[in-house]
Amino acid sequence: MSLSAFIEIDSVWKSFDNHPVLRGLSLTVPAHSATVLIGASGSGKSTLLRCINALETVDAGSIVIDQELDVTAFKTDLDAVRRRIGIVFQSYNLFPHMKVLENITLGPTRVLHKSKKESEAAAMELLTRFGLQAKALDYPDRLSGGQAQRVAIVRALAMEPEIMLFDEITSALDPMLVGEVLDSVRELREGGLTMVMATHEMSFAKEIADQVCFLNEGIVWEAGSATEVFDSPARPETQEFLQRVN
Amino acid sequence: MNTPAPGTDTVYIDPLRRERVRKKARSDALIGVASLVGFVAVVVLLVGRSSGWETVQKTFFNGDQFAESFPGLLEAFWLNVRIFLIAEPLILIIGLLVALARTVKSPIFLPIRVLATMYVDIFRGVPTILIIFLLGFGMPALQLTGVPSDAIFWGTAALVLSYGAYVAEVFRAGIGSVHPSQTMAARSLGLSSFQTNRFVVLPQAVRNVTPPLLNDFISLQKDTALVAVLGPIEVLRRAQIDTSANFNYTPYVGAALIFIALTIPMTRFADWIQVRSARKKRAGGVA
Ligand SMILES: Nc1ncnc2c1ncn2[C@@H]1O[C@H](COP(=O)(O)OP(=O)(O)O)[C@@H](O)[C@H]1O
Ligand SMILES: [Mg+2]
Repeated sequence: MSLSAFIEIDSVWKSFDNHPVLRGLSLTVPAHSATVLIGASGSGKSTLLRCINALETVDAGSIVIDQELDVTAFKTDLDAVRRRIGIVFQSYNLFPHMKVLENITLGPTRVLHKSKKESEAAAMELLTRFGLQAKALDYPDRLSGGQAQRVAIVRALAMEPEIMLFDEITSALDPMLVGEVLDSVRELREGGLTMVMATHEMSFAKEIADQVCFLNEGIVWEAGSATEVFDSPARPETQEFLQRVN
Repeated sequence: MNTPAPGTDTVYIDPLRRERVRKKARSDALIGVASLVGFVAVVVLLVGRSSGWETVQKTFFNGDQFAESFPGLLEAFWLNVRIFLIAEPLILIIGLLVALARTVKSPIFLPIRVLATMYVDIFRGVPTILIIFLLGFGMPALQLTGVPSDAIFWGTAALVLSYGAYVAEVFRAGIGSVHPSQTMAARSLGLSSFQTNRFVVLPQAVRNVTPPLLNDFISLQKDTALVAVLGPIEVLRRAQIDTSANFNYTPYVGAALIFIALTIPMTRFADWIQVRSARKKRAGGVA
């Protein structure tokens, strides 16, 4: 595993309506690793993820991908940034007026300008890999929450991103359905994708994380390996948070 | 009959209960029909025996007059249909363009946004009939070369401008009804703002506003009769001519029947679409 920095987040500030959310947050995400963000609701996990793929613009600081692409620079083509970074949301956000297959091929055909045939073949391959091939021609309203979330993962993967962001992707799910979605993430982890995920699934975080970051007061309060952060947290705020969620 | 074992994969309704439900449905239907027949009989009796009924019947429901005027009314109605068929697509195009113009954010398009807003404010605020008068009598009076003086042209144009403003607002509401998370998901795939509108927001917006749009169609279909004030022989004008020739109002009733024959199916269709889309939305839920 290479340990080169793949995402370099440096002193990022972000506020909403005069309310600071990120307060000079810095974080390095190594290539081919899984970074897990934990922290209380409202601590800025979603905001940070959305800043990484430029769905939000930062107030100050920089986010550099692969030492060359500064997401926060004024001249950066944001659509180009988003092409390299996939994101999966808590609420799936599938396009309800499109069949599963169309949801997945929209990006590849319209953004990557692949042929319909090529992108459908690739989409079917991905759907098969995630056990969803039978759902290809269904509309999203025919899917269970777990299936919908896995389709959302496939939709992001179809863009062949270098980085995947996951924002509490199991929080809206029935407990029975959490497992199948986490299995999908596990599989991606084994494939060596660089990923950053916000989650409340602590046992899953422990299992999958190369790096765990506890967000508090708008910065990374404490970071380390899963064992370090979960088993022997150094700071009282981290201990308190872990006690509350366990 | 035996009760199936608990856990059997079947629908089981107690036979006594099923019989009771069936009986109730039958007696409900009987009571309903009887009540309706009774009500109609009473109305017919009361109305028929009242002293004025014969005059009313002669003036509004005169069979001979009806037979005489109806073919002409139908023929004249064809003009209403043509006005409708020409106006409706234009209204949809104008409505959509104006709604879109009001959503663009780039400062260079500020004039377009201002114009679109003014258009909606003005044409929604002025009665349709006034716009018809204004354009239908005003424009030909200018006697400018190149400006048509045809009443049908200006009547249709007035309807298009008036309804365009309403439909623009319907579309705008539709665009607003698409959740921002849909835009975020589309942008996260690298789609441009234009592509996001084109493939994600607009299709859902149009689907969400189909029922109110159909209601506007129905309303427009009736309002084609407003063009009568400018003189073209459409169905209302035809009925008016026939009426004043014979001092009998049956042709108006005939014209009304023609409109109803068209609006009732359209209304039922709109209801059906509405129910269907409501059901879809419920099923869609989280997506
Ligand atoms: N688009 C927004 N507009 C205004 N406030 C926002 C917006 N997004 C997030 N916030 C606020 O920022 C804070 C952090 O939110 P968020 O990043 O969603 O936290 P988390 O994902 O850790 O729960 C919250 O107080 C939230 O209300
Ligand atoms: Mg969040």
